[in-house]
Amino acid sequence: MALERSDVEKIAHLARLHVDAEEAQEVAGRISSILALIDQMQSIDTRDVAPLAHPFDAVQRLRKDEVTEVDQREYLQRIAPATQDGLYLVPKVIE
Amino acid sequence: MTRRTVAELSRSLARGEFSSLELTQDYLARIRAHNALYNAYITVTEELALTQAAAADARRARGEHGPLTGIPLAHKDIFCMQDVLTTCGSKMLANFVAPYNATVVERFNAAGAVTLGKTNMDEFAMGSSNETSFFGAVRNPWDPERVPGGSSGGSAAAVAADLCAMATGTDTGGSIRQPAAFCGITGFKPSYGRISRWGMIAFASSLDQAGPICKSAEDAALMMNVMAGPDSRDSTCVETPAPDYMATLNDSLQGLRIGVPKQHLAKGLGAEVEAALQAALKVFESLGATVKEVDLPNNHLSVSAYYVIAPAEASANLSRFDGVRYGYRCASPANLEDMYKRTRSEGFGSEVKRRIMVGTYALSAGYYDAYYIKAQQIRRLIKQDFDKAFQDVDVIIGPTTPHTAFKVGEKNDDPVTMYLEDIYTIGVNLAGLPGISIPAGSAVAPNGRSLPIGIQLVGNIFAEARVLNIAHQFQQHTDWHLQQPEV
Repeated sequence: MALERSDVEKIAHLARLHVDAEEAQEVAGRISSILALIDQMQSIDTRDVAPLAHPFDAVQRLRKDEVTEVDQREYLQRIAPATQDGLYLVPKVIE
Repeated sequence: MTRRTVAELSRSLARGEFSSLELTQDYLARIRAHNALYNAYITVTEELALTQAAAADARRARGEHGPLTGIPLAHKDIFCMQDVLTTCGSKMLANFVAPYNATVVERFNAAGAVTLGKTNMDEFAMGSSNETSFFGAVRNPWDPERVPGGSSGGSAAAVAADLCAMATGTDTGGSIRQPAAFCGITGFKPSYGRISRWGMIAFASSLDQAGPICKSAEDAALMMNVMAGPDSRDSTCVETPAPDYMATLNDSLQGLRIGVPKQHLAKGLGAEVEAALQAALKVFESLGATVKEVDLPNNHLSVSAYYVIAPAEASANLSRFDGVRYGYRCASPANLEDMYKRTRSEGFGSEVKRRIMVGTYALSAGYYDAYYIKAQQIRRLIKQDFDKAFQDVDVIIGPTTPHTAFKVGEKNDDPVTMYLEDIYTIGVNLAGLPGISIPAGSAVAPNGRSLPIGIQLVGNIFAEARVLNIAHQFQQHTDWHLQQPEV
């Protein structure tokens, strides 16, 4: 399936990516060629085939609900772009 | 003292022929002399290496050593290493100093291995040529005009050029095996879940698997003995204890049943690679194996299914890079959405953005069934093909790549051309099976350079020990793995 520029803009927004107007056409072309490769999947009938999400159909195992981690807030926040009073700072969201 | 296998270095250290400190200094000198050309390392941890080497020598003196104590290694820059830059080949993480160690890193530290540094890679492991790295392309030691393969290209080039004795890699669609083939070395992807993914930056979580990159199957077994095994911090890591992979290396191949996929011998396979494969099969036959054709009828759809599943998982995994907690943040964002969008657009390279968008599209409303569910159905068909083949054979042997290493820039115009490079390796990831690439021949490039050829051995689920045994026996009777480029 070939994508239009408007499709690219919509997908980019969903993925929180910015695509320049000049780039959008080229990106649409490249993604369309990838989708053409992907569309080869439609050549076979898979009606009765169960989807495989994990190579051995394994399910997630659970551990005991115990506290195992120690508080490292200060240490982990040292690599953050901006923090204040133990909180991560982002641009103002509420006026 | 370099240019030897891990097994040889380990014996020399044990005999006291040289110390780990001397060996480490030798590797550091080689890195200083040659890394500018190959660009195999993003970070060299010289100080740490010298400290670890001295500690390894002390440990040996106390008799508390294992086979890898004092052996210099490099980690792919996808593994978090505490207090060391961990970039994943991306501008997004160009300033990221990891606050903890990956399990794989921890295990090599506990074994007393010496960390020389972090190796270059395709950005977020998305690539087959190592050209998508923010830190520049890696050059193939056999011919610097050519790519080393990817995404573990830095690790493969470092082992081939002897800028380390062994290296770690990760493989989502061929990222250990393809660079191993292009660089004339041994690269092993174990079964999905055999090695912990804790601290390994995620690309496609149902496919990603760490593994050894080294000079021989014996070295891979030595590395597996450290890397493999359960880890409570990764719920997808299998709980069965790992066996001793060295114990069965010398088992006989008498009666071994080899399957060769007829689809792998079809159109697209280079003549030189096919000749090397046929010669290798003759070697196996001389060791008592029988060869028959097997059918993998859905293999031609593996690349299509992979390019839905891997980007879909990547689009979810890479949503964590938002400029809030770590990594890159754009300058003076106007508002929160602007911060997310510009951080991600400026921080990710074009291939990563492309895959995030393909994945987002495949998972979006109205397309989920046609793309994502369909791809998972094909994934089951591919797995069933392997299951069926393994009813008749013990191992599947074929080419690792369609041809030898291509030139830097040669396949950059169309992403799909690059994706099709992985036609023989991707199905193995989709089915979760163990696969190894070992050197089995060479071809001569137009400029006269010799280029290595790899073959791939695929085993049934968790048959790592058998795969290593078969590869080791081949290497006991051939010397392709001993050939090294002129550095």
